[in-house]
Amino acid sequence: MIREKRQLLSRVADSVYWMARYVERAENVARFIGVNLHLQLDLPLAPAHQWQPLIDTSGDTEIFKEKWGETTEENVIRFLAFDDQNPNSIFSCLRFARENARSVRETISSEMWEQINSMYLQIQLQRATRQHDALPEVLRSIRLSCHMLQGITEATMQHDEAWNFLRLGRTMERADKTSRILDVKYFILLPSPVNVGTPYDDLHWAAVLKSVSGFEIYRKRRGRITPLDIVEFLVTDQEFPRAIRHCVDLAGESLREITGTPAGALKYPSEQLTDVLRGELANARMDVEIRTGLHEYLDGLQTKMNGIGESLNQDFFVLRPDKRPKSSQSQVQGQSQRQKSEGAPA
Amino acid sequence: MLFDSYQTQGFHDEMFDAQGNPRPEARLLLETIQSLEEGQLLRSQRAAERLLLQMGITFNVYGDSAGTERIFPFDLIPRIVRADEWEWIEGGLKQRIHALNSFIYDIYHGQKILKDKIIPEEVIRSATFYRPQCEGIDPPLGVWCHITGTDLVRHNDGQIYVLEDNLRVPSGVSYVLENRDLMKRTFPSVFEGLQVRPVAEYPDKLLETLEAIAPPGCSDTPTVVLLTPGIYNSAYFEHSYLARQMGIPLVEGRDLTVEDKVVSMQTTKGLRRVDVIYRRIDDDFLDPEAFRPDSLLGVPGLLEAYRAGNVALANAPGNGVADDKVVYAYVPDIIRYYLGEDPILQNVPTFLCWKETERKHVLQNLDKLVVKAANEAGGYGMLVGPHSTALQREQFAQKIEANPRNYIAQPTLALSTVPTLIEDHMEGRHVDLRPYILFGKDIHVMAGGLTRVALRKGSLVVNSSQGGGSKDTWVLSTAAPKAVAR
Repeated sequence: MIREKRQLLSRVADSVYWMARYVERAENVARFIGVNLHLQLDLPLAPAHQWQPLIDTSGDTEIFKEKWGETTEENVIRFLAFDDQNPNSIFSCLRFARENARSVRETISSEMWEQINSMYLQIQLQRATRQHDALPEVLRSIRLSCHMLQGITEATMQHDEAWNFLRLGRTMERADKTSRILDVKYFILLPSPVNVGTPYDDLHWAAVLKSVSGFEIYRKRRGRITPLDIVEFLVTDQEFPRAIRHCVDLAGESLREITGTPAGALKYPSEQLTDVLRGELANARMDVEIRTGLHEYLDGLQTKMNGIGESLNQDFFVLRPDKRPKSSQSQVQGQSQRQKSEGAPA
Repeated sequence: MLFDSYQTQGFHDEMFDAQGNPRPEARLLLETIQSLEEGQLLRSQRAAERLLLQMGITFNVYGDSAGTERIFPFDLIPRIVRADEWEWIEGGLKQRIHALNSFIYDIYHGQKILKDKIIPEEVIRSATFYRPQCEGIDPPLGVWCHITGTDLVRHNDGQIYVLEDNLRVPSGVSYVLENRDLMKRTFPSVFEGLQVRPVAEYPDKLLETLEAIAPPGCSDTPTVVLLTPGIYNSAYFEHSYLARQMGIPLVEGRDLTVEDKVVSMQTTKGLRRVDVIYRRIDDDFLDPEAFRPDSLLGVPGLLEAYRAGNVALANAPGNGVADDKVVYAYVPDIIRYYLGEDPILQNVPTFLCWKETERKHVLQNLDKLVVKAANEAGGYGMLVGPHSTALQREQFAQKIEANPRNYIAQPTLALSTVPTLIEDHMEGRHVDLRPYILFGKDIHVMAGGLTRVALRKGSLVVNSSQGGGSKDTWVLSTAAPKAVAR
């Protein structure tokens, strides 16, 4: 007997979406730290300056200053990887991911749950022991675990509406993270467009590419490192998995699967906003944007993506006005999500 | 080796008789265990614990802020129940559930049993879980206790007694299913040759029960949901587990809404009607309009929808009136009154503190008795006399004097033991047994149930919140297991 197609609870859609976002966020933070650890071995001086941008990328500069103060390597790593008061640390992300996963265990597959649970147990253990030498290995294994989760998800979860919400969360988070790392790094690397081309710049740009696992693909598609090529590659490429355009395109596809809206039509506000953004990205000219100010452009992209996030909330997650106090999980998440990377360092 | 120093210590042991010889039904298991390589059992035990943690099979402990999530400790040595004994237990449970269901129906429709003076009216009127809101309600099929988890214990007289009925929202069945799974994963060799009755059909039977009580007039496949208080509830794992096993949505109160006495759930495509709710929320928190107004977990208007027959609830609100430990004392009378039969399963002798003579006896013998609050579960609000301090007894005496209706006392039972792996050898630990009984179109008793074990040496409290663990329960399907040629 085939049971009638199951309707997805709004709360479950919300949790699945955020579960995917948090896992993706954890993976990104792990990659950012890993690349930076690697990069600074190649750089001659002032390691402290290498760590500030990571804090800026995460958008949690204020929280960091308040609690940790100085941007030493150790402080930054502890803050980004293990601090339970930093809502965007790897530890917090995996904890929230697990909490969301726990609330939808009947929707995701058992294998997915076990993987998320063991990722959390792993970081918890690491947090308790904290051996610095092991850190690169730990970060690598977190990245691998996240990738493994994606594989497990593809192979064991029904490709249904919940799965599409999961994909939606993953791609939205990915697009957001790429825009942030580009924003911060570009600001540091290009105080003025004249100083390009020193060997250290190349190292830095290579690091940016590695931060988004894009170095090898970039080489194949673009060859030499130039800022314009890199920006185009990260923003408007259609095939690079972490390019903003690629991510937004995928998000749009997931959304269409979810709504079942026929091609050519746009039923929900979130669909309309996504469609507008897709169009903009398809026609964007990066050389122009760099001239008029890449930071403003990226800031605009982030605002639009946040707008999509908010309309997803309205369209699917909170349909009816609820008089009762909400259990505030998604609100807290929404909040931290809306935090912008507040200005690059002076 | 493992069993070299094993002592039954005057208790009834489920594996060995008083002379220390293995019982016939346990012989094969014992042989298998003893044929294992040295250290194998311990390795399997560790592997099982790792699996539990990895699978996230945990429960939350209330009032414990440090480690809020813990695994429910699992011991690899199963408890074995003979086929003929099980048949007898099953008959007894069916009889008891039948009678209790008739009792609850009667209490909310005319109260004949009170008028006939079998139970004093005062007992019902003062019962915490009596719900006047439920008077006159006719649940589908006339069933009030769809899912029951009756606690059974064996005393050192060898006799099985009913300790508690647990009619409201009994938990633990997921551990039965996971335990069996875990045994098969970590320890497959011991199943060979023993004909252990399966438990895996439980989720199917449960879904069948829930679908059977769908309101008349709803579609062929009613929409059944499981209502949980959420991830911080101690039994959340079980809620999500059962929902997954049955393939039904797991909902929280905030997912549901009632309009025009119809219950719907909030989906990404709008509202969708719900027909049956397996609710794992206590009556008190179910509906702030009908019960506790400060409840944030429940669904406003749910009881009205239920009363109108637009949605079915399992278990039926108000059925906890039969869970009251004072009412418990009357269950043998209840069975005789409604069924005209003698009870098959025995009650533990119970002293009711609201009766003056019995209260005097209780107060004079606090050091020998177990005192329980009439309306608590989970091992809370309990005094185990022989293990108590003078101060604790004094405090309990005061509580009893202040509110005699709320306390009962029973002799301290010497619960039977089962060998349990303690470090690298076996020691006897006390156990109870909670079979699960489903009541829809008819009554179905799960083969076995949750064997809870008090892991602390000498302890008689088996509750998970009080340091208890669990074991797999093996109900054998033939009288005597055949020996396997080796």
